[in-house]
Amino acid sequence: MRVNFTVNGRPQQADDVWEGESLLYVLRERMGLPGSKNACEQGECGSCTVRLDGAPVCACLVAAGQAEGREVVTVEGLAEFAERRGAAASGGATIASGGTEQTSGTGLDEARRRQPRPGGSAPLAPVQQAFIDAGAVQCGFCTPGLLVAADELLERHPDPSDADIREALSGNLCRCTGYEKILDAVRLAAARTREEG
Amino acid sequence: MGAGPTPGRITQTSSATRGAIGESTLRPDGTLKVTGEFAYSSDLWHEDMLWGFTLRSPYAHAEIRSIDTAEALAVPGVHAVMTHDDLPAATHYGLEIHDQPVLAEGRVRYHGEAVAIVAADHPETARRAAARIKVVYAELPPVVDEATATAPDAPVLHPGRADHHASHVPHPNIVHRQPVRRGDVVAARARADVVVRRDYEVGMQDQAFLGPESGLAVPAEDGGVDLYIATQWLHVDRDQLAPVLGLPADKVRLTLSGVGGAFGAREDLSMQAHACLLALRTGRPVKIVYNRYESFFGHVHRHPAKLTYEHGATRDGQLLYVQCRIVLDGGAYASSSPAVVGNAASLAIGPYVVDNVDVEAIALYSNNPPCGAMRGFGAVQACFAYEAQMDAVAQELGLDPVEFRQRNAMSQGAVMPTGQVVDSPAPVAELLRRVKAMPMPPERPGVPPDGVWGRLAADRSTDVRALPGGLSNTTHGEGVVRGVGYAVGIKNVGFSEGFDDYSTARIRLEVINGEPVALVHTAMAEVGQGGVTVHAQIARTELGVGQVTIHPADTQVGSAGSTSASRQTYMTGGAVKHTCEAVREEVLRRGRERFGSCHPAWATAGLLLEGGKVVTDGGEVIGDLAEIVGDEPVELELEFRHRPTEPFDLETGQGFGHVQYSFCAHRAVVEVDIELGLVKVIELAAAQDVGKALNPLSVVGQIQGGSTQGLGLAVMEEIVVSEGARVRNPSFTDYLIPTILDTPTIPVDVLELADDNAPYGLRGVGEAPTLSSTPAVVAAVRAATGLPLKRVPIRPEHLTGC
Repeated sequence: MRVNFTVNGRPQQADDVWEGESLLYVLRERMGLPGSKNACEQGECGSCTVRLDGAPVCACLVAAGQAEGREVVTVEGLAEFAERRGAAASGGATIASGGTEQTSGTGLDEARRRQPRPGGSAPLAPVQQAFIDAGAVQCGFCTPGLLVAADELLERHPDPSDADIREALSGNLCRCTGYEKILDAVRLAAARTREEG
Repeated sequence: MGAGPTPGRITQTSSATRGAIGESTLRPDGTLKVTGEFAYSSDLWHEDMLWGFTLRSPYAHAEIRSIDTAEALAVPGVHAVMTHDDLPAATHYGLEIHDQPVLAEGRVRYHGEAVAIVAADHPETARRAAARIKVVYAELPPVVDEATATAPDAPVLHPGRADHHASHVPHPNIVHRQPVRRGDVVAARARADVVVRRDYEVGMQDQAFLGPESGLAVPAEDGGVDLYIATQWLHVDRDQLAPVLGLPADKVRLTLSGVGGAFGAREDLSMQAHACLLALRTGRPVKIVYNRYESFFGHVHRHPAKLTYEHGATRDGQLLYVQCRIVLDGGAYASSSPAVVGNAASLAIGPYVVDNVDVEAIALYSNNPPCGAMRGFGAVQACFAYEAQMDAVAQELGLDPVEFRQRNAMSQGAVMPTGQVVDSPAPVAELLRRVKAMPMPPERPGVPPDGVWGRLAADRSTDVRALPGGLSNTTHGEGVVRGVGYAVGIKNVGFSEGFDDYSTARIRLEVINGEPVALVHTAMAEVGQGGVTVHAQIARTELGVGQVTIHPADTQVGSAGSTSASRQTYMTGGAVKHTCEAVREEVLRRGRERFGSCHPAWATAGLLLEGGKVVTDGGEVIGDLAEIVGDEPVELELEFRHRPTEPFDLETGQGFGHVQYSFCAHRAVVEVDIELGLVKVIELAAAQDVGKALNPLSVVGQIQGGSTQGLGLAVMEEIVVSEGARVRNPSFTDYLIPTILDTPTIPVDVLELADDNAPYGLRGVGEAPTLSSTPAVVAAVRAATGLPLKRVPIRPEHLTGC
């Protein structure tokens, strides 16, 4: 089947999608967006967390067909998403959760061949920079899902308590850090965003 | 280099960030990891690639009567199906003993053993085809414990063993046996005022790294293969793979792909051989990615253990003797069980001075899942038991458990039960003092001042998220008691028992755009521990350059050894330092040759490289690095070894077996809902001596992460193996690792007492915190409940008596 949806603000279509394929598989293997991670593929670890029409979901539990006509934000689009959110907040423009910017879509082959951009050419979302600065990244496999979940928390709750952070991130497993520095990072991102805002 | 095409994504060429050793320099791969652009092994993609899938045994022990692959091969989209009969060369591999079949031959020995492999154009096609392979099994009775392994009619799991342990083990189903004997336990027992003898049990823990086993094998035009892989030791993978593939080692080229955690589980081969075999068979790149279910069958686990300990002490609190027996279940194949036995035996007593010791440690062959390396490596199991014993003896003597430990704590100059003198700082009493001195977490309303044995009053003002049961809203404080527990442990660093442990670094110093730049090339597996950060810090420190580039790790440079045993900062960090020093000497030699006549200081010793300049120890600049190097880069590749160790005597366990020891202490504060048997760890404080913190931020992260894994073993993590030796919970739904809600604040106190034998005086960090956090949490639960708790993980029924 064919699936049409918006990914990180750009319309995309995927062809020959098998009915059983997950959104995660389509993003990773067909869209060339492997940032959403495949740690458990049964909705237990949160490594594949993406925003679907704004709501954080495990992409492994969403059938690709369910994404038809909807907006997806992955970790690859997080910086741009946060930037647009910031611009909307200061400039008063409205944005939909996934962004409504209409550009020509990225071709599949082009997406697949995309090489990592040279070190940090685009600004990072506050939560991304905070994860680096706080030492919250070790192996990094949990990081994309945590970033999407943490960014959604901060959007909803700019000044969360530790208990709020723990509750919001309780669906994201991390095996390396012991979580302390992840808490540090979310606090840091919140503080920086408040200062800037 | 291989002639094969490269995959669409290559992992991690790191650009430089600033920072010398001792600074909390940020990770060079951090930006790629937070943007989703870092290519883990499961992210690799090749336009021409096929997907591999592994058919696994549903039985733990069975004879394979027949395998019929015809139907699977007929599935459209399937390119190859391979069984044992299709293997081109060596049929077995292993880290030390080559007893692991590439694909099962005539018999399966554990639930989930690989039987056949399929390559197809879509992962689902491969899975469906594998389901059509017809395997006829005849189930055999499984060996599941010491009794069934050594019974008179026990099936011998590896008949005709020819490995070097076979000649000294008491039974062929015992992989290895290591006693450690010192002093006279019988005489000491006669003098003991207090004797405590108890049995303990440790369940099977899983490393549960998040990035699944995965990789991409690309056949090369020269007949070889290029494998892009997440592993802990590229060269030992290659050395096991080449005989299996029937290729010379130089035609099996490995490049490290992004590694999503390891913790020991990537020491053994998983899908490496299968992907390479399928790639060579089909002439197409083959990617294999395990899902989480398969991952639980695809790697070795921590050895479950049964331990019997007897401690004797005088009334004034001096340990007189320890006698213990540690039975580790190694599962179906040897993996690293012999080394785990050596560690468990030699570290069985803990960081205490005991003159009379009688230890026996063994590892079994069984039909349980294969067990091997996991963070802590044999020391974890022993630490759980000896620390429980220390509390029990202290209680018998009426002594404070920390005070009792401090009275018996080893210090520099102490003699280990192996006879080895501890010749670097061993601040065991000090670490306990520090962890005890940390401020206690605040009491909640209703908790009595001493916090121990206090039943809390129900308090509706308490945030339920902070209580046992959390948002399940199972209590508002009623039935909740608080307890505090302490523990300390000792772990060896680096490979022991005479192993030729070395690492290699290639350093190139060149001038790019007028600036001196160092290129660091090693085969070290960066598995998340931060080695790449530290290597750049070392190169900057030793060569006085700002820009350092870390070359991707591959087999085009000499071996770095394994990223395990807390050894990489010591060993590959040591190799980088050692090689940088030689590069520096070459730079200075060139400088003397060219400019020696211009400035007398060139003739003196103690010249340094700082800020791209050659400076005297008085700070005077006498040369410019870029000018000296010019367009002739300095490049050297050298090996670094730690001081030699020796094997333990097979009967007495005596020998200089370990190169370095690492120590960590914990204090755990827990609250227990004694009605429901739920435990909430309120705080887990750690104090550890790291010798020298090359990167303090990373060091603290390692200690917190290791502590959390120990917490997991204490209260939740266990692979459940049912009757019939089948794994019951191979998923993150049923195998529980701590979430952010299960993990408390972990304050860390880092001590830096240099080990004069180690580079910069450093001490391996990663493993020690995994030891003592488990017994500390359990001690706290004992303090809260008064229950003996001799098994981990603690389950609710252990606390409620149901």
